[in-house]
Amino acid sequence: MKTPYSAFSLLRGALNGQKHWEPAWRDPEPRASYDVIIIGGGGHGLATAYYLAKVHGIRNVAVLEKSWIGGGNVGRNTTLVRSNYRLPQLHNFFEFGLKLWHNLSDDLNYNVMFSPRGAMFLGHNDGDMIKLAERGDAMRCDGIDAELLTPKQIAKIEPLLDLSRGARFPIDGALIQWRAGTARHDAVAWGYARAADALGVDIIQKCEVTGFVKDGNRITGVETTRGRILAGRTGICVAGHSGHVAGLAGLRLPIESQTLQALVTEGVKPMVQSVIMSQSLHFYVSQSDKGGIVMGGDPDNWPSYARRGQPTIKEHAIAQAVTCMPALSRLRMLRTWSGVTDMSFDGSPIIGPSPIDGLYLNAGWCYGGFKATPASGWTYAHTLATGKPHELNAPFSLERFMTGATIDETSVGPFPNHR
Amino acid sequence: MYQITCPHCGPRAQTEFTYERTTDSVVDPAGDTHAAMQALYTRANPMGLDDEIWRHTYGCRAWMVLTRHRVTHEIRAVKAIGPEALP
Amino acid sequence: MSGPSRSATGDETIPFTFDGNTYHARPGDTLAAALLANGVGLVGRSFKYHRPRGIMTAGIEEPNALVTVGTGGRTEPNTRATDVFVYPGMVAKSQNRWPSLSFDVASIFGLAAPALGAGFYYKTFFGPAKHWMLYEGFIRRAAGLGNAPTEADPDNFSHKAGFCDVLVVGAGPAGLKAALAAAEAGKRVMLVEQDAVPGGSLLRDPDPAIDPAAMIARIKALGGEVLLRTTASGYWDHNFLTLTQRLVEPGAVPPHGFAQRLWHVRAGRVILATGLIERPVPFANNDHPGVMLSQAVRSYVRRWGVLPGKRVVIATNNDDAYLTAEALVAAGAEVVALLDARAPGSGPTAPAGVQVFYDAKPAKVIGRKHALRKVTAVIGGSEHSFDADLIAVSGGFVPVAHLHMQAGGKLTWNEAAQAFIPGETPQACETVGAALNPPSAPAIAPAGKAKTSFVDFQNDVSLADIDLAWQEGYRSVEHLKRYTTLGMATDQGKTSNMVALSRLAEKQHVTVPEAGLTTFRPPFTPVTMGLMAGAGARNAGAHVRRIPLHSLHEAHDPIWQPLGYWFRPRAYPVNGESLQQAALREARTVRTVAGLSDVSTLGKFEVSGPDAAALLELVCATTVGKLAVGRGRYTFMCREDGFVNDDGTVWRLAENRYLLTSSTGGADRMAHFISYVRNSLRPDLKCSVVNVQEHYAGIALAGPQARAILASLIGAEPPRHMGYAPGVLAGVPVHVLAASYSGERAFEIHVEATHAAPVWQAIEHATRAAGGAPYGLEAMELLRIEKGHVVVGGEVDGRSTPHDLGLGGMLNKAGGFIGAAGLTRPALSAPDRNNLVGLVSLDGPIPEGGMLIQRAGQSPQGHVTAAARRILEGGAIALALLQGGHKRHGEELIVTSPTRGEKARVRVTAPHFYDAAGERYRD
Repeated sequence: MKTPYSAFSLLRGALNGQKHWEPAWRDPEPRASYDVIIIGGGGHGLATAYYLAKVHGIRNVAVLEKSWIGGGNVGRNTTLVRSNYRLPQLHNFFEFGLKLWHNLSDDLNYNVMFSPRGAMFLGHNDGDMIKLAERGDAMRCDGIDAELLTPKQIAKIEPLLDLSRGARFPIDGALIQWRAGTARHDAVAWGYARAADALGVDIIQKCEVTGFVKDGNRITGVETTRGRILAGRTGICVAGHSGHVAGLAGLRLPIESQTLQALVTEGVKPMVQSVIMSQSLHFYVSQSDKGGIVMGGDPDNWPSYARRGQPTIKEHAIAQAVTCMPALSRLRMLRTWSGVTDMSFDGSPIIGPSPIDGLYLNAGWCYGGFKATPASGWTYAHTLATGKPHELNAPFSLERFMTGATIDETSVGPFPNHR
Repeated sequence: MYQITCPHCGPRAQTEFTYERTTDSVVDPAGDTHAAMQALYTRANPMGLDDEIWRHTYGCRAWMVLTRHRVTHEIRAVKAIGPEALP
Repeated sequence: MSGPSRSATGDETIPFTFDGNTYHARPGDTLAAALLANGVGLVGRSFKYHRPRGIMTAGIEEPNALVTVGTGGRTEPNTRATDVFVYPGMVAKSQNRWPSLSFDVASIFGLAAPALGAGFYYKTFFGPAKHWMLYEGFIRRAAGLGNAPTEADPDNFSHKAGFCDVLVVGAGPAGLKAALAAAEAGKRVMLVEQDAVPGGSLLRDPDPAIDPAAMIARIKALGGEVLLRTTASGYWDHNFLTLTQRLVEPGAVPPHGFAQRLWHVRAGRVILATGLIERPVPFANNDHPGVMLSQAVRSYVRRWGVLPGKRVVIATNNDDAYLTAEALVAAGAEVVALLDARAPGSGPTAPAGVQVFYDAKPAKVIGRKHALRKVTAVIGGSEHSFDADLIAVSGGFVPVAHLHMQAGGKLTWNEAAQAFIPGETPQACETVGAALNPPSAPAIAPAGKAKTSFVDFQNDVSLADIDLAWQEGYRSVEHLKRYTTLGMATDQGKTSNMVALSRLAEKQHVTVPEAGLTTFRPPFTPVTMGLMAGAGARNAGAHVRRIPLHSLHEAHDPIWQPLGYWFRPRAYPVNGESLQQAALREARTVRTVAGLSDVSTLGKFEVSGPDAAALLELVCATTVGKLAVGRGRYTFMCREDGFVNDDGTVWRLAENRYLLTSSTGGADRMAHFISYVRNSLRPDLKCSVVNVQEHYAGIALAGPQARAILASLIGAEPPRHMGYAPGVLAGVPVHVLAASYSGERAFEIHVEATHAAPVWQAIEHATRAAGGAPYGLEAMELLRIEKGHVVVGGEVDGRSTPHDLGLGGMLNKAGGFIGAAGLTRPALSAPDRNNLVGLVSLDGPIPEGGMLIQRAGQSPQGHVTAAARRILEGGAIALALLQGGHKRHGEELIVTSPTRGEKARVRVTAPHFYDAAGERYRD
């Protein structure tokens, strides 16, 4: 048993130099076979392993990570957590996740610092406000919190927004989801890893999958840089590298990889209270606990596997943010980073069986995968445990692209670069 | 920011260009549904070279095919397409 | 240090304030130099434990001396005192302290440090998320650094493009030499230097053989561009670099309104002469004011004439620090000990009177307010103490390889220097100078208590934190960095990365390169957000597109409506009307007399050539080929997945010449799409497509009197419904298209944009004479809802099929159009799809955007896309998308909007509320 995390234990550590803490997860050698192999030690993969062990009692599980866990998109996002989607398949899925988020720190015994400080979409004209009301009404009818704010109410929460009428994009109001917010991204990966490890899951780092072991139309395991490992069921969970790994199994997916950039400023005392997004502009801003303003904008909308973006994309997002919040002007951009996103062709994820027996897919998160971590893990674990999708991920099948049942929140059709 | 050599204008900043799609995702309007949906909804998405259709939208507006590396961003080749490039 | 550390010479002419006290600086002083000169050693408090901090470096790598400079909207928090040159009236303040710098209540956190090690926050503060927010509130207030300004920035920031054959980064000896050689070889050269003066290391260690000023003059004379106070902060793909140039110092008022300039430079070749950063030494309390890097001490002494200490201990593992001893002795300071960590006889000869101890390293310092009191060292295994007010430390050197790595370059390990040096690079770039040849400096195991031996000064990360992270399994360098926050402060690990990495390697029993290295990403030093935004800071980077008749509308003082980048009149209120009142009056005028409206922003494409019809039958989902010359028809376009993308009208102007119109909002998208189809998909077709959106202004004239008004203006009978005729109006050639959006007899008059004003004026005059008026978008919306016309962005929501919108009957039965294949997929003809319906209210107004339900608590079955009232009769109506709606006419439903607290009972109807038979516009 690991030493549980608590304030008491920390104080005890103060007397012994914190010498009593064990490693948060083991560093095991891979076994010859597992009931379930999850390819990808990111947030979703680790969460899947945790729920497989905890909810389904399947503990003979390995998470294979080619590098170090949490090094992909779970460690390079802007930490937003929300369920304020217009389409019911999406808001129901993310709302299920949001409920898990609210109890996640206790569940994992790891403070993931989920902070429901509210996420608001700004509206800049009457058309925006109608769209925001529509989104909010759709959510409220399905039991999800959403509230329209007047400019006066916005000013109370975010006094530094430019609420003047003469602004190029005047702020007419906002739709806020109070239960939405931010979390500490690394802690999510580590928290799931520690909790999954405690239940017996093997987390195997520096183990890259190089191919699949096939028996007819069935995947029976994987070839890795640390040897062949067999599995009853194998789940791909590699975000931006989905196209690459699925390609090893001979699959072509409705996914194109794109670079998404984010940045953080030098830390300052609290100036942004909530998460601010915009209905007609493409930026989002929040402030981390360390004081840095975290923000992002549009992806570099052409295919790339490179974790480096183009400066002009950032300049554009910053121009939008500074226009709406002029006090950001003299802050300094401290650090930038990029993630490789798995842009699906309707903007929604794919979670479910693949056309190959024994192989399952969890991909297509576009630029919104972080907030999905608990719900994705939960439903993917269900799918891997039972061979069938959970009702929440049933709509997110791979077949939907061929049948036409796409789930297109931004309604721009099949090309991610048009999104 | 890349520098793309437009076959008509010469080297120009990437901000003048837009990416459209890969050459293998061109849908033949005369094709059947299955072929069309395969083209539209599956990609090789390689961690390497792919052929991509780009347009010099904010320049001469001509279309071209770039052979571009998805990791290094090296542009291996640029080929003009469109009526002006027909034999 | 007590009292000033520089004798006055009369050059102390620049007044500035620090924490409200006025001091004087000499020209060329950084704030750090000026503060030291005035005896100020304590300048800030650390991030986590609020420990007292002073000035550690003399450059951009400074982790400790962060201050807020400037006032009002020019306030720049977190400015490195070592990277701002004092100007008259400069206002600087310390930060992260309350109530004052010397007495900071939050320094109590230091007492709790044993419980607050790396990642402590992951292990506590459990309970519901709301509880965490309570703790978080305290943490957020304690964290952060300076205060952000609360006002808008009064200054501007400019962007500029640059091109050169050779870009040289760094005007030290190597950079100057490289730039001059390139300039002499006839290359276009840009030389950038982050300091205010060229010279780099020569400013600290002058070389009589090199004259930076003369070299700069020569480079300029050869046509080279030299940018001082300019940092190459980002190195991107294809030899593209971003440079940030300070036109004035932080917080200063720029004489021409521009505070900084951002350069976008495409360089043929890049030469990086970025030099070295000195590495600190970990020992107990090594963060206290009075602990300074050795080369920084030398800089203060030689460049600025400041003596940062009077009794100095020097601690080193390399030869370079011996030069610091020389400088100090020459300046009259006492070097009480030179601790050389190496074996006896390793170093060069020390200056006379300086005692050198070998196998000696610092273990601990004890400080007072602005300086040190005592230095304890371990010499050959036993402890010795020295009375000293300053310790100058050198733990070796780190090549500045940031840009090299940003460019995708690799690093190679130099064992003798314990440093990574630039290696191979995929771009046309090379590193020259000291960064390639760091001095030899062996690895030295730290002496002293790990808990207060700081590595990342700003984030208060000590050796003990690194050890704890290791113990808890955070062993990859990225885990270490993220778990401890090492290297994530405003200095981005410039002084801490290598110290941490060697500790990690020590723990792993591997060499440093085996332990790994984190990636350097842009920017090299932090970049002002307003600079990134440039001119876009005022308008989100969105230009305004003015319609051709903008000024004519402006004369009527309309309510404007943004529509993409366009602004269009939304209504023309008179006599204090509200928007709604004006729109209703305008709509009534159209229904009863006539109105005119500006429709210039419609997408418009002229398609001509023998294959014009073939192209249009690809683009449009309706038939086009059978259209007679002089006739037009409604059309719509599908995406390749079969969903409706846009709609408009298509007109056959002549045998092989067509005009296609499309929606305003989708015009850019449509232009790209048609260009793709024509050029990429079917380059073989013999036709030309010209985007004439902005070539023509468009004026809609609608109403029962429209035909008569237009006839009088063009002196001929206008074409009948869906007919086209050229004409002359007010002496100007026009195209007259008889199309109705409003449901009345109506025309679109398209005219070359530059000649549109007289045409509008003539139509307005005649329309007003007939009792009509101009109408705006809001009236147009009322008219089209009542008529049941769909709009792109409303009912055409990108998720609707032609059948959903009641347009299925118009599809080209022969197929072959784009989207035909996608449409055959089963889900696109599922019975429960959202179909377009009309709604008639059974009580009050219908909330637009509201949800359609049968009873409370139910999941929505559809939503209201547009709501209005009947223009003449009154009564609320709406258009909606409803599951299986085509078969539900007559059903009673509830529209609910919980976010607005509104509700209405409605009856589902066909989506036509006015003249369903179309009798009002047919001849």
